[in-house]
Amino acid sequence: MPGNDEIRTIIVLDARREAVDISTIYFKDELTQTAKPGQYLMVWVPGEDEVPMSISTINHNGLSSITVRNVGPTTEILDSLQPGTKLGIRGPYGNSYEIKGEKPLIVAGGSGAASLYPLVEAFIEKGIIPTFILGGRSSDQLLFEDELVDLLKEKLVISTDDGSMGYSGYASGYAALLMAENEYDHVYTCGPELMMAKVFYETEKHNLPIQASLERYIKCAVGLCGNCVVGPYRVCKDGPIFDTEMLDTIREELGVSRLDASGIKVRVNH
Amino acid sequence: MNAAGVLGMTPDILKRVYDSGAGAVISKSIGPEPRRGHPNPTLVRVECGALNAMGLPNPGVEYFVEEIQEIKKMGVPIIASFFGGSTQEFADVAYKLSRAGADALELNASCPNVAEELGMLAADAANVEKVTAAVRDETKLPLFVKLSPNVTNIKSIAVAAEWGGADAITAVNTSKGIAIDINLRRPILANVTGGLSGPAVKPVSLRCVWEVAQAVKIPVIGCGGITTGRDAIEYILAGASALEVGTAVMTHGLDVYKEIADGITCYMENNGFTSISEMVGLAHDYENIGVDNACLGMTK
Ligand SMILES: Cc1cc2nc3c(=O)[nH]c(=O)nc-3n(C[C@H](O)[C@H](O)[C@H](O)COP(=O)(O)OP(=O)(O)OC[C@H]3O[C@@H](n4cnc5c(N)ncnc54)[C@H](O)[C@@H]3O)c2cc1C
Ligand SMILES: Cc1cc2nc3c(=O)[nH]c(=O)nc-3n(C[C@H](O)[C@H](O)[C@H](O)COP(=O)(O)O)c2cc1C
Ligand code: FES
Repeated sequence: MPGNDEIRTIIVLDARREAVDISTIYFKDELTQTAKPGQYLMVWVPGEDEVPMSISTINHNGLSSITVRNVGPTTEILDSLQPGTKLGIRGPYGNSYEIKGEKPLIVAGGSGAASLYPLVEAFIEKGIIPTFILGGRSSDQLLFEDELVDLLKEKLVISTDDGSMGYSGYASGYAALLMAENEYDHVYTCGPELMMAKVFYETEKHNLPIQASLERYIKCAVGLCGNCVVGPYRVCKDGPIFDTEMLDTIREELGVSRLDASGIKVRVNH
Repeated sequence: MNAAGVLGMTPDILKRVYDSGAGAVISKSIGPEPRRGHPNPTLVRVECGALNAMGLPNPGVEYFVEEIQEIKKMGVPIIASFFGGSTQEFADVAYKLSRAGADALELNASCPNVAEELGMLAADAANVEKVTAAVRDETKLPLFVKLSPNVTNIKSIAVAAEWGGADAITAVNTSKGIAIDINLRRPILANVTGGLSGPAVKPVSLRCVWEVAQAVKIPVIGCGGITTGRDAIEYILAGASALEVGTAVMTHGLDVYKEIADGITCYMENNGFTSISEMVGLAHDYENIGVDNACLGMTK
């Protein structure tokens, strides 16, 4: 049986609080070490649920991580784990960001920075320092700020919804400004879907290619059950990274509708 | 065809399945009310297959009516799989789905994952006949009844469905199974047990097709672990006139529909068959097939 579908047990080695409702969980897993930026794991909290989580660190001296925002029962448990706790994981799953362009702009909103951090590392390995907009609700909600400053120096720029730090307003607004003022050749985004939709429309104005990481309700993660579909694509398998062409195909659903667990279309509200 | 419950959620994805080479598509099993299904883990890959306990998630028949109309507008032939919690519910859902414009119906008598809630219909010949007959009264559409392998005598169930008025038998749904995590020392699926599919079940499902084909006069639709053209030919020789493919999409992607179709064509060309119907059930005549008549097999 191909390895990545097999459920492995991981032991939480470290749990680091990033914000009141966000924490990063570190563990060792051989297959996760080989993941590509943008891929995710299915994380099983026995007795509760199994949920998709982007891989936020890939192989730092053997350590990998996920970064969780507490939004419901399962993420509440994940957000308050003690080292030593055992979890099940399978994956890595999904496609990945394609490393493209010499002058990339990366737009992160909220916990979206989780999947983008390994992307930054991949660019830096190629000798390219991307421009990175780190957006959050307020200055105490900025994910990986210290690590990103170390890697990116002045190429890291901040936006906060409440204006407590950096640009005041949504990351998508800041992205529009930067795209108007500078020459980029590729845009990456992960965060709230309404933000990503705006960034997508902005890239169209400037004729820039984009890759965006989408979320839908994942069950099987292997492309069989169809619960995660958006347009003709399965987010679990054909995604989660959508390029310009895919985003164009799903234009009517982007930022508008998604399927709930029963397959009924509901509004995308963040 | 795609097997019921595999990528049967929305018109757009069913269209993609159709464009990938399936001759028709089958919806997720639709029930009277929306259901979220079981919590995750709902699917785990096991040796040579998958074990799932989705728990029949579906948006409910009222909602799905519009989806059927949309799929029809796309020009895709759609078979609506359905279930109910009682004879009356089966009949009601079937009525609404036929009114919506489905091309055929597949009565799911056999989902092992909701047995406690809905009763294991497919294990009870009298009930299968009763429910099939009740549905028959509500629709003129071709009606397939999908059976479970988890029964002592599948022939008697198939005959009951035939008597009830079924136009074809789909054989078969998943085999009941369990997967245990040895480190966490607990069953993996939230529902504890689930349905096994994929190559692991093929010999069992193939045997079911064989037995059903002996028992009934109506056509049999084969399902269970079909991954290659060779698998497909085995099912046809055992008595299947049409085939459903699900789990192979996990291992081979959506191209698997075309690959299987190409494999069948190749076998037919190599052996001088011009239609599928010439091959259906041929293996039952094994005592009369001399070595001289044996054929060359497949080149791919
Ligand atoms: C590819 C992908 C990567 C993700 N990466 C991250 C990440 O790095 N960090 C992070 O904090 N969150 C991430 N998420 C979102 C995360 O999976 C949900 O927040 C989590 O499942 C909520 O579970 P819950 O039980 O705590 O909340 P619930 O109360 O059950 O649900 C809260 C919200 O989460 C959604 N949700 C619940 N279950 C699932 C599921 N199985 N699949 C998708 N959405 C679900 C619900 O639709 C609802 O909108 C990702 C989602 C996807 C699809
Ligand atoms: C994820 C998944 C969901 C399924 N859902 C249904 C369903 O809703 N109704 C049904 O009759 N069968 C359902 N099945 C069973 C399949 O239709 C099929 O009978 C079984 O998987 C065996 O075929 P396969 O080996 O080609 O997958 C499901 C199977 C899988 C893997
Ligand atoms: S989650 Fe099942 S197909 Fe994507």
